[in-house]
Amino acid sequence: MSAELDLAARVVELTRRLAGPGAEAEVVAAHSAEALTRFANSAIHQNVADATTTVRLRLHLDGRTAGGSTTVTDAAGLQSLVERTIAASRLSPPDQAWPGLTPPTPLRESPAFDEATAAAGPHERAARVRDFVRAADGLETAGFCRTTYSSGGFANTAGQAVEGRAAEAAMDGIARLAGADGVARRASSRLTDLDGTALGTRAAAKARAGGRPIELSPGRYEVVLEPTAVADILDNLATFGFNGKAFAQHQSFAELGAQQFDQAVTIRDEPLGATLPFDQEGTPRGTLTLVQQGTTTAVSHDRTSAAEAGATSTGHAGAASRSWGPIASNLALAPGRDAITPVTGEGPTAASARALVSGMRRGLLITDFWYTRVLDQKSLVITGLTRNGVWLVEDGEVTAAVGNMRFTQSYPQALGPGAVLGVGTEIETLPDRWTGVRYTAPALHLQSWNLTGNASG
Amino acid sequence: MSVDHFDEAGTAVQAALDAGARYADARVMLRRTETMSARDGAVEDLSSDESAGIGVRALVGSSWGFYAVPDLSDAAARAAGRRAAGIAAASALVPGPAIDLVPTGAGTASWASRCEIDPLSVPLSVKGDLLVAATAAARDAGADLAEGIYQIWDTRKWFASSDGHRIDQHIRECGAGITASAYGDGEIQRRSWPSHRGQYGTRGWELVDELALTANAARMADEARALLTAPLCPSGETTLILGGEQLALQIHESVGHAIELDRILGWEAAFAGTSWLDLDQLGTLRYGSDLMNITIDPTIPGALGSFGYDDEGSPAVKRDAVRNGRWVGVLAGRDSAAMAGLDYAGSVRSDGWARLPMVRMTNVGLEPGPHTLDEIIAATDDGVLMDINRSWSIDDRRLNFQFGCEIGYEVKNGKRGRMLRNPTYTGIGPKFWQSMDMLSSETVAWGTPNCGKGQPGQIGHTGHPAAPARFTGVRVGVRG
Repeated sequence: MSAELDLAARVVELTRRLAGPGAEAEVVAAHSAEALTRFANSAIHQNVADATTTVRLRLHLDGRTAGGSTTVTDAAGLQSLVERTIAASRLSPPDQAWPGLTPPTPLRESPAFDEATAAAGPHERAARVRDFVRAADGLETAGFCRTTYSSGGFANTAGQAVEGRAAEAAMDGIARLAGADGVARRASSRLTDLDGTALGTRAAAKARAGGRPIELSPGRYEVVLEPTAVADILDNLATFGFNGKAFAQHQSFAELGAQQFDQAVTIRDEPLGATLPFDQEGTPRGTLTLVQQGTTTAVSHDRTSAAEAGATSTGHAGAASRSWGPIASNLALAPGRDAITPVTGEGPTAASARALVSGMRRGLLITDFWYTRVLDQKSLVITGLTRNGVWLVEDGEVTAAVGNMRFTQSYPQALGPGAVLGVGTEIETLPDRWTGVRYTAPALHLQSWNLTGNASG
Repeated sequence: MSVDHFDEAGTAVQAALDAGARYADARVMLRRTETMSARDGAVEDLSSDESAGIGVRALVGSSWGFYAVPDLSDAAARAAGRRAAGIAAASALVPGPAIDLVPTGAGTASWASRCEIDPLSVPLSVKGDLLVAATAAARDAGADLAEGIYQIWDTRKWFASSDGHRIDQHIRECGAGITASAYGDGEIQRRSWPSHRGQYGTRGWELVDELALTANAARMADEARALLTAPLCPSGETTLILGGEQLALQIHESVGHAIELDRILGWEAAFAGTSWLDLDQLGTLRYGSDLMNITIDPTIPGALGSFGYDDEGSPAVKRDAVRNGRWVGVLAGRDSAAMAGLDYAGSVRSDGWARLPMVRMTNVGLEPGPHTLDEIIAATDDGVLMDINRSWSIDDRRLNFQFGCEIGYEVKNGKRGRMLRNPTYTGIGPKFWQSMDMLSSETVAWGTPNCGKGQPGQIGHTGHPAAPARFTGVRVGVRG
């Protein structure tokens, strides 16, 4: 038994003792060690690490519910957590939406856990930064190299007791030349998969190809989105569209069983190996198919949203999912199955996008999206900007760099029936830049993307 | 304070020095937070959280290291200091330029925010009844979905440094808000009170009492329903009047982030971005019209970005960022200021003990103007009035922005006319600010409790005094 599962079990017992046998309690104890080496102006300027154990208790007592957490895990800290959560539950209004506890349920098998990544030190991260900077060959660089390790245990008064571990490594960097930025990023369960030289080389190639950008008029353009941009689409679909609470409250576009996407689109959530194998309610995580060949087949649920929607939990409870909804954090867009002739070459195009670019008569190659925000949640109209490289493509060839542009676009509409002209056959696993989640995506060739502004406004 | 943690902080600092650091500082922080949300007349979630730990920053040569643990024992503090120095040493594999720190002038000090009613001492039943009543009132008035939330933060911190700082602070913050949503055919309209996620400040529960959530709930529901059938905001270039809440976020995004010195120096280039501002133009660059006077002021009583000392020990001081439309100041830290050749810092904060202190906004606000909103409307022949933020997006240089608001109104011949739905506007920062030709005196210090920055991610609390203002030649009605 891990230290975290032992800790969770002790808090369950303490709660039972202090609150009485009628209490329904669930406890997650999670140890998280995150280390991030950050560089800018081609030097490491921030280098941080922390190791934190957090215990989170949710208690349903006499029809009322309260939750609490602490990082103070000595006996006094745990006693305080339980006592104040009991007090909070007694003062809380009745909870008519309490969904009950997860019954004893075995975990699904997870991929192997990489001990070396979990134990990685600052010199291993710094070495990858050094390689990235060197590979950029004199261009200014910035970015990060990150390793994380988490070990968690869950126990509840219904008898569910599970534990697991996960590790992740990620690198994300840009190279800069005369106002043009190029990016390369990658996530993996193993630090050894991260090659600073390869990433730095790729970022520098993009930056070098981004000089003397032209300004294009706003309008609808055919586009090839590189996997880094596709990851943003997956992020927003997961947060606002496949969110079970938004679905239950009719705020999502999702209609189960409806052909809402192009037949080329299949989207799954694949959390095993990327995160702990159970959620905050102790429900085992597993692969969830959200879109199968264009048909929306599922949304992500915790126990509360599942009860409201008449479904079952899909293992997506988070610490605040009762408020913000359960969100799938490891979306993967399936690669294309059509045979595409591989295209090799130099220049700004990611290898995974070259075949799609070669088939575009006139359009834009977009590397990355930035600061995307929802204008209308139901139709998932998003505004945001391009970043880290845009190029005009004519007759399958990159002909000019283009300045960054603003777009205003419904994401489901962009991927709608008939709108997807091609899906790359190679996938990339990419880190989120803000949290520890990650996405897996190929490049996408889309019929239309609504660009609504350029550098002039 | 009855128990202090200067000993632990001092132990960590000394351990870092012993391990080779030439400068070190440490923050012990104890934070209690409480969040409750309600939906349609019922409490939806309640969480009471506690966090305690120590974060140590060490400077070895020209390289920083930071390490944090949730353990306040003497041994843990000493180990954290050593780890921070070790991480800094590893940074030297890819070294940067020499680092200096501008002096702060502070030694031993203590500070606490003003608080009339301790928000954590208000019974949960009272706080729950408020959210239940307000969301029930909105639902009863026709909202398809009524949501409410309050949040409380109670932070005590002890800061020690190898420069001799010993500073403790107790900062209490809270706030609340409600949102009414109405569902139409394929779209959702919403109205929020008093702002899109509530109003927050470094105050006690008296702030929430003043918000009158329940009294405004029915009006929010009515307006959300009315928006469903209101005409769309027209598309084109027009005169734009912004309410104070929306202008607060405009300031935050297109001024506050742009004047962060770490962005200007390129330290955030890969993620949050850089800034269109060039230090060579500090003191001469025309940022906006003569009406534009922006201050950096962490001394405003009750505003969400207020403190006594920042997380490097610099005392809170009011400074100009833009004076009569000219850019004159930045948000700075001790190292970034030294690198830029400036002699002031004071804007560095961390989101808890486990996060590295970094340049953050404090209260960045617009000084009031000579008009009222009614006078601005009366002086406008043809335009659009927008308020209460709904969406925000801006490029990585803080130039190209697009905002959506919850509600708009036609302004014709000096009068407020029809309600408009889905109002949006877009522009380029300095061009937009230079078009500001009328500014109200009706200032409110709006609180923004969700400012994201940094890797690992940090959430900052910032304040933005703002009043309604008018801008000319603005593109509105951008649609997907």
